[in-house]
Amino acid sequence: MSLDPSFVGRTYPPTAPYQVGREKIREFATAIGATDPAHHDPAAARALGHPDVVAPPTFPVLITMAASRQIVEDPELGVDYSRVVHGDQRFAYTRPVVAGDELVCVNTIEEVTNRGGHGFLTTRTEVTDAAGEPVVAVWSKLVVRGEA
Amino acid sequence: MELPTQTFRVTRADLVRYAGASGDFNPIHWSDRIATAVGLPGVIAHGMFTMALVGRAVTTWAGAADAVVDFGVRFTRPVVVPDDDEGTEIEVAAVVKEVTEAGLTRLDVTATCRGEKVLSQARATVRTPR
Repeated sequence: MSLDPSFVGRTYPPTAPYQVGREKIREFATAIGATDPAHHDPAAARALGHPDVVAPPTFPVLITMAASRQIVEDPELGVDYSRVVHGDQRFAYTRPVVAGDELVCVNTIEEVTNRGGHGFLTTRTEVTDAAGEPVVAVWSKLVVRGEA
Repeated sequence: MELPTQTFRVTRADLVRYAGASGDFNPIHWSDRIATAVGLPGVIAHGMFTMALVGRAVTTWAGAADAVVDFGVRFTRPVVVPDDDEGTEIEVAAVVKEVTEAGLTRLDVTATCRGEKVLSQARATVRTPR
């Protein structure tokens, strides 16, 4: 499958706010075996200077994966999702995600290449809080495998 | 400087729990029938589950749950998780590449399963422990 390089630079409309719940952070932390009290106990998080429990570093993928459907399901780009494999993932933090955050994602297509019959799509998601302040920037590289 | 290696056991139950918590219900992470149909040796762990375990290792080394400033990996090889009580193991090691004057520590991380690297270019920047 070939991806259209002219999509580089395309930015999509901001997503609806995602409300980060304390129980969701606890559930995610438990699922990955992260027992640090700052993920579970608001008092422990406050002792580190945060208003509520702190999300583990990969937690934002819950929000950005959903947001990136904007791109993956863009009929003009025409990605076949059944052929998508996760290539790279990166998080660059301004501050940790904490319970109570209302996060909005803005997706941009940063890179499109085609090589060896496969398509490579790099998306950047800028995640901001209710005040519009940056929280984390998230990059994902998706590989769209070609027909064998 | 090398940091102490951390080992994480991964079973099918862990993958089911991660699927529920993350909302990633791709059947290649729970159905051998579907995983093998798409050419995998069997059910594999979510790449983001492996990355989350590496994130645990990084925050443990840093000594604080909120220490991670930058964290990136490349997924190079699937982590196959057999349907038994033992599951598999992921070993996570790291070396300190740099400690900056701005109070940041840069780590190069390796994650291996059955002796083979499952990530490449795995790097983390953490606030240097106070």
